[in-house]
Amino acid sequence: MEQIKCQCGHNNPPGTDLCASCGRPLTEKEKRKKLADMRYEGSARRSQTYNKSIVDKVWNFFSSVKIGIAIIVAILVAASIGTILPQQLFIPAQGEEAVREYYADVYGSFGAVYHFLGFHDLYSSYWFQALIGMLGISLIIASLDRGVPLYKSLKNQRVLRHESFMKRQRFFGAGEAEPDALDASAQELENMKYKVRREKNGILAEKGRFSRWGPYVNHAGLIIFLIGVMLRALPGFYIDESLWVREGEMRAIPGAPGYYLASENFEVTTYSGEGDEEVYGEALEEAGTVVKDYKTDAVLYQVPEGSPPGATDNLEKVKEYEIEVNHPLQFDGYNVYQMDYRLNELSSMTFALTNKETGESRGELTVDLSDPQHIYELEDGSTVELIGYYPDFSGFAENGEPQTATPIPNNPGFLVEMTTPETPEGETSFIVIRETVEPFGENEYKLTFQSAETRDVSGLVIRKDVTLPILILGGIIFMIGVTQGMYFNHRRIWIQEKADGTVLVAGHTNKNWFALKKELDKTTETAGLPPAADQQEEAKQKEKEGENRYDVG
Amino acid sequence: MSDKKKKRTIIRTVLLLIMVSAIGYTIYSNATAEKNVLEVGEKAPEFVLTDLEGNEHRLSEYKGEGVFLNFWGTWCKPCAREMPAINSQYEVYKDQGVNVLAVNIDQSEFEVQSYADRYGLNFPIAIDEAKSVMEAYSVVPLPTTVLISPDGTVTDIITREMTEQEVAAHMESIKPE
Repeated sequence: MEQIKCQCGHNNPPGTDLCASCGRPLTEKEKRKKLADMRYEGSARRSQTYNKSIVDKVWNFFSSVKIGIAIIVAILVAASIGTILPQQLFIPAQGEEAVREYYADVYGSFGAVYHFLGFHDLYSSYWFQALIGMLGISLIIASLDRGVPLYKSLKNQRVLRHESFMKRQRFFGAGEAEPDALDASAQELENMKYKVRREKNGILAEKGRFSRWGPYVNHAGLIIFLIGVMLRALPGFYIDESLWVREGEMRAIPGAPGYYLASENFEVTTYSGEGDEEVYGEALEEAGTVVKDYKTDAVLYQVPEGSPPGATDNLEKVKEYEIEVNHPLQFDGYNVYQMDYRLNELSSMTFALTNKETGESRGELTVDLSDPQHIYELEDGSTVELIGYYPDFSGFAENGEPQTATPIPNNPGFLVEMTTPETPEGETSFIVIRETVEPFGENEYKLTFQSAETRDVSGLVIRKDVTLPILILGGIIFMIGVTQGMYFNHRRIWIQEKADGTVLVAGHTNKNWFALKKELDKTTETAGLPPAADQQEEAKQKEKEGENRYDVG
Repeated sequence: MSDKKKKRTIIRTVLLLIMVSAIGYTIYSNATAEKNVLEVGEKAPEFVLTDLEGNEHRLSEYKGEGVFLNFWGTWCKPCAREMPAINSQYEVYKDQGVNVLAVNIDQSEFEVQSYADRYGLNFPIAIDEAKSVMEAYSVVPLPTTVLISPDGTVTDIITREMTEQEVAAHMESIKPE
């Protein structure tokens, strides 16, 4: 395709409506218009110029504003479909099969169809992400295709425009003027903070050009935001893990290699409904117990640089911190939040070795459930030997061996051999809470449960989000762009003195025509320029009058 | 003119490729949901564990030999079923440069020791007290067996019970040449 050469000698890219230099209309369509189409300064949108190879076709597809809007609508529709039923993440079922059944059971056939179509996990579906990606591509390409030519034509614009360009501006006036009108109006426009350029017999006064970049700045902000969201998928950028830690225990922090967290104490307080809290009395009666606060006294440790996992004897204490709801432990970009808890897990049990007949005690022993000992020696020479410990006793296997279902002491079982000076042969007994089994016949002694100690378990969540500053930056840039485009406008006034002494005045702005009109009128008055009329208003007026006449007629 | 057009096509192609591949990669890595997970082919993370007899096991010291790393717990029934198989294959391969290390997930020494005694386990057993090795190897289900080749790469991760033949085949696969 050929460049379009304007009468003024300027070469314009194909597809240009108005000459970038003098402003003459270049297309037939543009010539027929009474007012010039000033969008993108009449420059050629790049996308419309070439349409040959596949690359160009794809490019043009994304460059289209219509396509961009269609993508946005599609995203909005899809996103709203995702809110009809709760997403998979928020339902109590886990596992593919269970999730499918949950939707069918709870929401009937609609739920089944919803699940079948994959809407239960809509926001992480590949097609939803693809739509978001397409929106990103559309934003970038559409902005490049419009922003670059716009920038070029605003940068290259000449002071002197062709008469036809000025005539076809919305504000236009022509006529006699005071002798030094140009100087006076330049002065007046400068007073009104216009940037004034003069060339021979003409003036171009301009202000607020930067507002034209508003949409592009705003798109750049959106794109930065999308990049931030995209980075979350990369390893190390976004961590969201959970950790259960018991009082007195130390755990490697998932997602944070080299860091360990120990819980010294966990505490939960509930509303008492007394004193200051009496006001809540009624609500508490209805709701039962309401948690006021829960917190973990945590100690953060770190291994020295280069120390591999497994070794925990060389830990360095980093800090102590009371993790409370909304007051996370912070270190190295990580946040550790208090999220959940489990109360009263057994931690130790105390038994007395007693004679079944006389009830006489030979002494007590305490079994630390996280570290049971092999042999417990009592004061008078009696011993209790632990043969087996089953923290979550779930029954006996076929071979008679006791089984444990989990490593958590929910239902501790102990296989013991008790030896006393009276029974030096030893007696075997299997003890679970409230039950004692004597597998090898009647015993003389038994272990009597005395007391137990419990501990609490803190549920913590570890989060690290490196992308947050990027998201914030994107948001800020977006808002700057919006402000730039919304609250500022690009006003231009052209004045030109023709050889015969006639003075032409034209004005254009991208919005807020009223303000431009005021400034134009002020200049006209002070400098004695011919008054400029609003050609659009006039056209409307004529139309109206025509209609009226028709009505009357 | 045609130079300019060529340039434009190149710029457009490059920009489109960058954008499409960035989006494609994002969707792909979101689809492979679990992040920071150890995968076959990666270098096995270094660790130091002390076994029940007090011997220290440092992965890097086994360079040039295979390491059969088995994560287990006393409550885990499939673990109990495969332990005898591992034990007898350990006897076969221990002199052929294959090291077996069973890593218990934070149970008490008493439980682990009495379990080892009951099953007559001869291979070294260590307790991962702070679950840090489990974390480093992103172990979720038990049993999980990680095979580490003599050059220190993870060659397989088995997350189910193994038969004796399978145990033998796995040990064979990490035997030094």
